[in-house]
Amino acid sequence: MTTQTTPEACTVHGNSVTFDHVSKSFGRTEVLHDICLEIPGGRTTCVVGPSGSGKSTLLRCTNRLEEPTAGRVLLGTTEVTDRVANIDAIRARVGMVFQNFNLFPYRTALDNITLALRRVRKLTSEEAVERARTHLASVGLAGFEHRRPGQLSGGQQQRVAIARALAMEPEVMLFDEATSALDPELVKGVLSIMRDLAGQGMTMIVVTHEMRFAKEAASQIVFLDEGRLIEKADPEKFFGAPESPRLKAFLSAVS
Amino acid sequence: MFDGLRRVWETFFDLDLIGQTLPTMVRVGLLNTLLLAVFASAIGVVVGVVIAAGLLSSKRAIRLPCRMYVDLLRGLPHILTVYLIGQGLPLAGITPFGKSTYGYAALAIGLLEGAYMAEIFRAGFQSVEKGQVEAARSLGLSHLETLRFVVFPTGGRRVLPPLTGQFILVIKGTALVYLLGLTAGQREMFAIAQDAATLHASLSPLVAAGLLYLAITVPMTYAVNAWERRLRDGRKDNLATMDRALAQQATG
Repeated sequence: MTTQTTPEACTVHGNSVTFDHVSKSFGRTEVLHDICLEIPGGRTTCVVGPSGSGKSTLLRCTNRLEEPTAGRVLLGTTEVTDRVANIDAIRARVGMVFQNFNLFPYRTALDNITLALRRVRKLTSEEAVERARTHLASVGLAGFEHRRPGQLSGGQQQRVAIARALAMEPEVMLFDEATSALDPELVKGVLSIMRDLAGQGMTMIVVTHEMRFAKEAASQIVFLDEGRLIEKADPEKFFGAPESPRLKAFLSAVS
Repeated sequence: MFDGLRRVWETFFDLDLIGQTLPTMVRVGLLNTLLLAVFASAIGVVVGVVIAAGLLSSKRAIRLPCRMYVDLLRGLPHILTVYLIGQGLPLAGITPFGKSTYGYAALAIGLLEGAYMAEIFRAGFQSVEKGQVEAARSLGLSHLETLRFVVFPTGGRRVLPPLTGQFILVIKGTALVYLLGLTAGQREMFAIAQDAATLHASLSPLVAAGLLYLAITVPMTYAVNAWERRLRDGRKDNLATMDRALAQQATG
């Protein structure tokens, strides 16, 4: 299902992301508290934690789908949180994959991918279509170009969404519980694409409940609880020798 | 008893009179009714989309006047608005259509319909899932590009049935332009019927006009219902969202 046909077209260049004392409140509720975190370029960072811990919010601060209340977010040396920065240009450098796929329903798989290529990357129709085909093939969906989201399974939709983000040749990929809405038998295909991508040196921030994926693909794992960064470690230490009681409790609950 | 029945019959169903007025009613009246409805709806759609976009604006200075427009025109009796715009504009020296009552009539009904269509479009645009907007923005599309390429196409399709329903209301609404005083060739169905009714002291022409209205509106209503049912069965979740938005508008 996940044949990688043209690795060349998917060669990726990662960039680092820095969270510098990032806080975020919704009204009086503080969902992120003073997060300092370095996401190294070319590596995969998994963010785990109980629901409501602020994982998604942290991820969404990366491309300012959420506006941090305080602190800075940097993409390489670009300050994402700079209010005068062209946020559209920054967002185009960051790919995002959502829990519910969020494909545009009345567009075919191909059109879903070419829209931003033409409008944002200013490719000609032919260039956009060619690049879209390449990326659809790379997620194992050659031949599905003209299907609409409604005619695709959840797993296929999510793979189109991944192709849509990758076609923009982003410097960083964000995955917000990308497999949580999928039937169990469809999770594998999506995870294996993500694993391949990690292997190619894409910078990835992955919010996930898939502990096995975190263990195998991440270079660092971050544990959030109640909006605070509780622990950060490489997979071996994270699962083998967790320090904080809260992480220990979390790990014993999910395993 | 028999005399009474005969009188009722002649008042409402004078077949000779109906036969006499029907050709003009179909040739001139029906055509003008449909033309007015199409012109007014075209104006209404343009006004509706613009006002709907304004209603969804994050800027109060844009939202507020749009909200006032909708509340005002939906809150006034239609007859009053049609008079104020249709009669008022030429009287006030604002004469984009010269002396043609027709243009002012279409404009008056169009502006009125724009207020109703704005709410339909707003509900349709709001029914577009937030996730799609976020996906578009995360790809680097600007706010306007997202509206144009994601929100309008998706929301626009969902408003087609209610919009057609509104078109049926416009067809009926065109009868109001009778008030503005149309020339013989400009008269729509109701005006022709009303003139004939006054002339012959019988309501039969109005009954005939009524039947013509029904011949258009009833089949269209059923067609729209079937269309909405098909959409609903096909895309349950989306229409549920839109129904909620419409219900919210009705109660709020």
